Amino acid sequence: METEEQSEGLAFHPMDQFKIQPLFNDGPIHWYTITNATLWMAVVLLCVLALFVIGTRGRAIIPSRIQSVAELGYGFVHKMVEDVTGKDGLKFFPYVFTLFCFIVFSNFLGLIPGAFTTTSHIAVTGILAVAVFLTVTIVGFVKHGTHFLGLFWVKSAPLALRPILAVIEIISYFVRPVSHSIRLAGNMMAGHAVIKVFAAFAPLILISGIGIAVTPLSILAIVAMYALEILVAFIQAYVFTILTCVYLRDALHPGH
Amino acid sequence: MANTTTEVAEAAGEIAGQAADAAGQATQSAGMPQLDFSTFPNQIFWLVVALVLIYLVLSRIALPRIAGIVADRQGTITNDIAAAEELRAKAVEAEKAYNKALVDAREEANKIVAEARVDIGKDLDKATAKADAEIAAKSAESVKRIDEIRLGAARNVEEVAREAAAAIVSAMGVKLDAKTVDSAVTALLKE
Repeated sequence: METEEQSEGLAFHPMDQFKIQPLFNDGPIHWYTITNATLWMAVVLLCVLALFVIGTRGRAIIPSRIQSVAELGYGFVHKMVEDVTGKDGLKFFPYVFTLFCFIVFSNFLGLIPGAFTTTSHIAVTGILAVAVFLTVTIVGFVKHGTHFLGLFWVKSAPLALRPILAVIEIISYFVRPVSHSIRLAGNMMAGHAVIKVFAAFAPLILISGIGIAVTPLSILAIVAMYALEILVAFIQAYVFTILTCVYLRDALHPGH
Repeated sequence: MANTTTEVAEAAGEIAGQAADAAGQATQSAGMPQLDFSTFPNQIFWLVVALVLIYLVLSRIALPRIAGIVADRQGTITNDIAAAEELRAKAVEAEKAYNKALVDAREEANKIVAEARVDIGKDLDKATAKADAEIAAKSAESVKRIDEIRLGAARNVEEVAREAAAAIVSAMGVKLDAKTVDSAVTALLKE
């Protein structure tokens, strides 16, 4: 009983929100084309500027509200880096803080209805994760030379098991950037897609009598998912950042 | 009632089916935009630009500033605590000095009182001695005068007795010289 009207009304395009589109023309997307992704990355940059530069311009001993938030973010990541990687990891703090700021602002800005979520794209999170992977590997070899390979040679295990463990450790080491990036992009994409699916059910009341039951339920579900996504937006940024710290600790202190 | 329930269930099933169809169509027609590799260079380029700019803003401006603010605050707090400690020590010292001054003043007062007491005692003794001496002198003079008066009275009695004896003797007609009468009276008075 699929009528024309219903198939028009119930349009399911949960992935359309992730499409990358040029902002100013409909031409092909070159590497320099200004797209919606560019726009929202620029918004992230503006938010960082607003919070951490304009927000702290008073340099007040007794901070204003916005300066408190900036200091809170600073203290949160600073403590994370110091606790996980130790004092010598603090020289990576600006790098880790950059990652955290980019991800947390992208995630939250993506929750604005109609916004584009840059961190829902595997290209973006993949680059972030590969950058961390390369940083960790290079720092590990520069600091410890071949001793860094000791990371894969588990000295606490029985000798017979060590080669097997080494294979597992090496595989897990190279899988790190994959899981690191897909975890973030997958979480972002899934949450937004689910919200979109529920949103597609919401106008059913205009088409069919069954909408009387479905529409309120779907709106309720959107609200619930949205609340969950707010949580996820922060938690995924936190997880990405703390995993970066954990990997950095491996590079700085490779002993198990 | 049961009828409507089944209707609802049927309708829901239909909608779910449509949803699945639509989702399938969507994936067929568009696929995942995330896997559209033609957009990757664009995303990566702008991501690198954004990350570099954010990194520069944070590491050049924001983080040193916030670190400075936090350090300043820590310094202010430490200084304030140190200043408070110093003031407290000063207050304790001042109290000690005050108590010491109080004790000193009390001692001084006691000393002055004792000295005054000694002085007053000396003055009193002197005055008493002077008064005693005056009293003694006056009483000695009085005794002398009383003696004089007594002596004068005794002499007068002797004179009166002699004159009376001479008058009585002459009245009796016996003629006696004054010398005889005198010695006789003196002898009588001595008895």
